[in-house]
Amino acid sequence: MSAFQRHRRSKLIIANFTGFEADLLRSLAGQLVELLRNEAAEPRDDVDPFEAMMDFSGPTQEPEDPVLARLFPTAYPHDEEAAAEFRRFTEGTLRDGKAAAAIAIIDGLEEAGLPKELTEEGLMIDVELDQPTAETWMRSFTDLRLALATRLGVEEGDEAYWHSLSDEDPRTQAHDIYEWVGYLQETLVGALTS
Amino acid sequence: MTAPVEVDPTITPDEVVDDVLQTAKPWVTIVWNDPVNLMSYVSYVFQKYFGYSKKVAEKLMMEVHEEGKSVVSHGTREEMERDVQAMHEYGLWATMDRQD
Repeated sequence: MSAFQRHRRSKLIIANFTGFEADLLRSLAGQLVELLRNEAAEPRDDVDPFEAMMDFSGPTQEPEDPVLARLFPTAYPHDEEAAAEFRRFTEGTLRDGKAAAAIAIIDGLEEAGLPKELTEEGLMIDVELDQPTAETWMRSFTDLRLALATRLGVEEGDEAYWHSLSDEDPRTQAHDIYEWVGYLQETLVGALTS
Repeated sequence: MTAPVEVDPTITPDEVVDDVLQTAKPWVTIVWNDPVNLMSYVSYVFQKYFGYSKKVAEKLMMEVHEEGKSVVSHGTREEMERDVQAMHEYGLWATMDRQD
């Protein structure tokens, strides 16, 4: 299985993916970009109608999609107005940053030779990342894992439950992918600190 | 290091202490436990973003893990908004609050 490590001489962070793995990672990153761009950020509807119309600088309400709600948590749990202001000024920037990080993964894989359509068998994709790019990938792995875990309903200490599901259960495959991205991230943190 | 504080004779010592603490570091950034983020990653983020030593970062990370949350920074409201935004950028579940 692929893992990140620091190359001894070049000091770059390297990993070798099979074509299948690289394609899977690209597809996850692509879905995250879609999600970040698709759900329109909603302005508040509980304010003065005129004020609401003039309020188009950024979202003020928690996103409806649970993944987005987890990616953009409410900063002020006891102060709705301050939370809305914080969201208005940060969520757009955060969305753009997370989309850009996911796109960096897609670009990195394609620059390393992953074709737009994977047809060739036995293709290997060798990625070489400098420190800042590797950190961007690491951050985006968190977003991917948060997205997968939210959709699956992962909870603290529930590993035994997931491993008890049958191989035919569609959640088993999704959970395997979640664990795989976790393994990639763990080895990437290790490589970055080595 | 400390400097002498001029005391207004009409207020009690307790109020002076409260006032000094309130104006110095009135807000905190709290990071909450979640079932997803890796311990190694959380520790990495605390070192990288706050510049904490590995020891301090791991202590805070363990606090998040075992107690469910940890106060990771103190400062003005503006400073804490920056820290919370940065934590969200890293995918950590962070909120801010007034210092207790």
